[in-house]
Amino acid sequence: MSHPSSPKWTRLFCWSTPILALPLTACDWVVMNPSGDIAVQQRDLILISTALMLLIVVPVMAMVVWFAWRYRAANKAVDKEYDPDWDHSTKLELLIWSAPLLIIICLGALTWVSTHKLDPYRPLDRIDAKTAIDPKVKPLKVEVVALDWKWLFIYPELGIATVNELAVPTNVPVRFDITASTVMNSFYIPELAGQIYAMPGMKTQLHAVANKAVGGVGFSANYSGAGFSHMRFGYHALDQAGFDAWVAKVKAGGSNLDRNAYLTLAKPTEKAPVAYYSTVEPKLFDAVVNLCPKPGQRCMGELMRINMMGGAGKESARETEGLKYDFPGSHVIDQTERNKGVQTAPDAPGAENDHSSHSGADAHAQHR
Amino acid sequence: MTGTMTTAQMIFGRLTWDSFPWHEPIIVATFAAVVLGGAAVVAALTWFKLWGYLWKEWFTSVDHKKIGIMYMVLGLVMFLRGFADAVMMRLQQALAFNGSEGYLNAHHYDQVFTAHGVIMIFFVAMPFITGLMNYIVPLQIGARDVSFPFLNNFSFWMTTGGAVLVMCSLFLGEFAQTGWLAYPPLSGIAYSPATGVDYYIWALQVAGVGTTLSGINLIATIVKMRAPGMSLMKMPVFTWTSLCANILIVASFPILTATLVLLSLDRYVGTAFFTNDFGGNPMMYVNLIWIWGHPEVYILILPLFGVFSEVTSTFSGKRLFGYTSMVYATCCIMVLSYLVWLHHFFTMGSGASVNSFFGITTMIISIPTGAKLFNWLFTMYRGKIRFELPMMWTVAFMLTFTIGGMTGVLLAVPPADFVLHNSLFLIAHFHNVIIGGVLFGLFAAINYWWPKAFGFKLNVFWGKVSFWCWQVGFWMAFTPLYILGLMGVTRRMRVFDDPSIHIWFVVAAVGAAIVAAGIGAMLVQFAVSIWKRDELKVEGDPWDGRTLEWATSSPPPEYNFAFTPVVYDTDTWADMKRNNYQRPLSGYQAIHMPSSTGAGVILAGLATVCGFALIWYMWWLAGLSFVGLIAVAIGHTFNYKRDFYIPQDVVTRTEEERTRTIAAVGA
Repeated sequence: MSHPSSPKWTRLFCWSTPILALPLTACDWVVMNPSGDIAVQQRDLILISTALMLLIVVPVMAMVVWFAWRYRAANKAVDKEYDPDWDHSTKLELLIWSAPLLIIICLGALTWVSTHKLDPYRPLDRIDAKTAIDPKVKPLKVEVVALDWKWLFIYPELGIATVNELAVPTNVPVRFDITASTVMNSFYIPELAGQIYAMPGMKTQLHAVANKAVGGVGFSANYSGAGFSHMRFGYHALDQAGFDAWVAKVKAGGSNLDRNAYLTLAKPTEKAPVAYYSTVEPKLFDAVVNLCPKPGQRCMGELMRINMMGGAGKESARETEGLKYDFPGSHVIDQTERNKGVQTAPDAPGAENDHSSHSGADAHAQHR
Repeated sequence: MTGTMTTAQMIFGRLTWDSFPWHEPIIVATFAAVVLGGAAVVAALTWFKLWGYLWKEWFTSVDHKKIGIMYMVLGLVMFLRGFADAVMMRLQQALAFNGSEGYLNAHHYDQVFTAHGVIMIFFVAMPFITGLMNYIVPLQIGARDVSFPFLNNFSFWMTTGGAVLVMCSLFLGEFAQTGWLAYPPLSGIAYSPATGVDYYIWALQVAGVGTTLSGINLIATIVKMRAPGMSLMKMPVFTWTSLCANILIVASFPILTATLVLLSLDRYVGTAFFTNDFGGNPMMYVNLIWIWGHPEVYILILPLFGVFSEVTSTFSGKRLFGYTSMVYATCCIMVLSYLVWLHHFFTMGSGASVNSFFGITTMIISIPTGAKLFNWLFTMYRGKIRFELPMMWTVAFMLTFTIGGMTGVLLAVPPADFVLHNSLFLIAHFHNVIIGGVLFGLFAAINYWWPKAFGFKLNVFWGKVSFWCWQVGFWMAFTPLYILGLMGVTRRMRVFDDPSIHIWFVVAAVGAAIVAAGIGAMLVQFAVSIWKRDELKVEGDPWDGRTLEWATSSPPPEYNFAFTPVVYDTDTWADMKRNNYQRPLSGYQAIHMPSSTGAGVILAGLATVCGFALIWYMWWLAGLSFVGLIAVAIGHTFNYKRDFYIPQDVVTRTEEERTRTIAAVGA
């Protein structure tokens, strides 16, 4: 990532790119200039694929303009070339089918290889282009829950959790296990790696590594309701010392995240402030994935196991109470706030501020 | 919803005085404008005593040409609504910076972007292409009408019924706040308990019946009603692409219908197909909706590929290069469009092999599409290109669509999609292909076939103004979105905290304003052309056309062709002209035609009422209108006055009139 020496030039480049239509790494375009190895490889793939396609796109566009100009009716110079019945040429037909085919064969091969190599489920095999991974290093595990409308990060090995703030140590592979509490979201930190959906009752995975100590943002990249726009969190890639200090700060933060605290936290709120939990109830993430965060609920995983063994007999068929998760009227995670927003949403910005500050206050009360 | 119901709830269901969005000043103002405008139109129609004329000559007409024009009017009206939504979004995103909330709250803004998508696809693009196919296909194949003329009228009114429901949601209750594909669980009753998603479901279900039936109708028409001599490989390319598009409609719309049925069962009777709990699977919905959704985009673009073929060939004064490969390319695209749906959700955690498979099938579609582009290119090669408006739109399409296609293939590379999925880059991409392909194609088609439909050309000056506004406005509105996508800005955002990206949204908003000027210029173009129609008057074949629709008069008589043409070549009319075709001036006979009927309007009206009642939980009304629907449908089967003959002397008079016009205007 070389930067042109003069900032004036950089700025000129950034502004002229719309005209050049060339993504330049020097600009402040995070997708084109990320700091995590996975995202860097994804960026490179964008550049290579675009270059491959330009091989055919540029000549085609040039030919459109050239033919349109040259064969305009007013151009008497080419009158003698006019051939109204010329409609076939085997050679040309071969060319027009095989040229795109060749490009697609190259691109297809590139796609197959890169998709497997950059599969978010695949454990990393390198820290960056120059450094292979030490096979003994275990990735740092982070459990991510997309809540309405904030992010919960649980560090199971460290026993801590945070809301709306994610820190990772640099040059250490990180494994994210991702789910959501109610509706679909997408977990995306452009600095670090491509996104993956966060979906309720399901668990997705992402392996990534940060290579530079930077600050950035992460957010939901899939619309999830009224508070979606504010569903953003701070992302901090810190060197090991910085990360340790951050962990110590979280641990000093105080409160405990147990199931009841989770159920309160998970209620829909907008612009939730950053919150730290020094301890976390073990297996909370599993309970969230299995839709049984409320004490007394039956977990999906357990149910699936019973089903695989042939079911639990007729009498269990009517025991549905413990299975309800978001049945209308009996939400495990209280939805009154969401539905209240739907009923009374005046257009006046002042009134809107009232609403969000109200929910902000709620969030505050929950966390501290 | 437990406990005893009051009488008001029994009658009005969920509909209460509070369902009117009194507290949203923007909507109240819009409502007032619509009421005043509507009242003015009704008053004018009554004053000029036009109701009877409209009912007899248009609403109940089974003439494919009139139905085609009504579809285009519907598309245009809804286009203005959908574009208004677009402007609202651009304005909100240009304002909501530096702590400002903009002027739309989340409840309103989220409806706006959902409605924009739903309207533009279902109630703008679909009516436009259906209207176009309705008008042109029977003329191109030398038929008198479609196979099932009553069904055609019914289909149109069902589509209109769906549009009416969407428009209702503006003033009664709310529209969905889910995005245009309404992914569960967000669209489930648990998270969207109000009427929005129900409006979405029933609008699409009612309109979907119309779309499916019109697809069946046009397939039957193309397969069974071609003029003698027109084998499949002598069909005009527009008819070919229409055939493929309609096959896609018939094969994919039932999937949409079934998916929405499952979603409505979840919402209405408590099933658990797509819920989080009880073994429901929201990802199943995502799969199903895209198994419809991806073919849908080819339904939209294929007919326009046909338009570009006709226009390029006509205005280059040449036969289409590579007719056969064009046909095979179309069929390839038709089949492949079913094998790519997963590329819309690479990021939902499918394995690498599944993702690669769908990525590569997607790229393969670009091969036949590329072949088509080359075919148009070599049609221009060694031609004599007249740059009339349709040809200008076509060249603009070739340049714009190529870029859109390229960014599309880029998005088909799964690891690239991981960073670009749901970003504004994606938004820029699909607007690039839908505006650059579908909309530019429609504008080419409207400018090309307007003289056929109305007997006069469109004003060139205002057409050019519109054209250039669109070109500049389009790139100004969407280039910033490409860039913002590369900056990691995601779609459907209402407010932003990063001030450094503000400038791009402002540029995009200016672009949208220029597009608005382009739309305005187009409306002026229509108005000026109608005003000065006598100066712009033409006879049957103003462009030196090549296909059969140019063989008859402009506008064509009710029966299209006095004598069924006989076909010897793909470019039938060019072939006829070359062989010094002489229009027969005698020997006319009475012509058998289908009769108008009001049954379509009544059936679709009842279906719309039924949908409305289901949205608001007015069960008695839903039941009543459904029974009424069945009763009218059965009743209609006893209507034996289905056809009539246009008497010989009327045909003779019409044709002699044309002979005089030809003498006056020149052929």
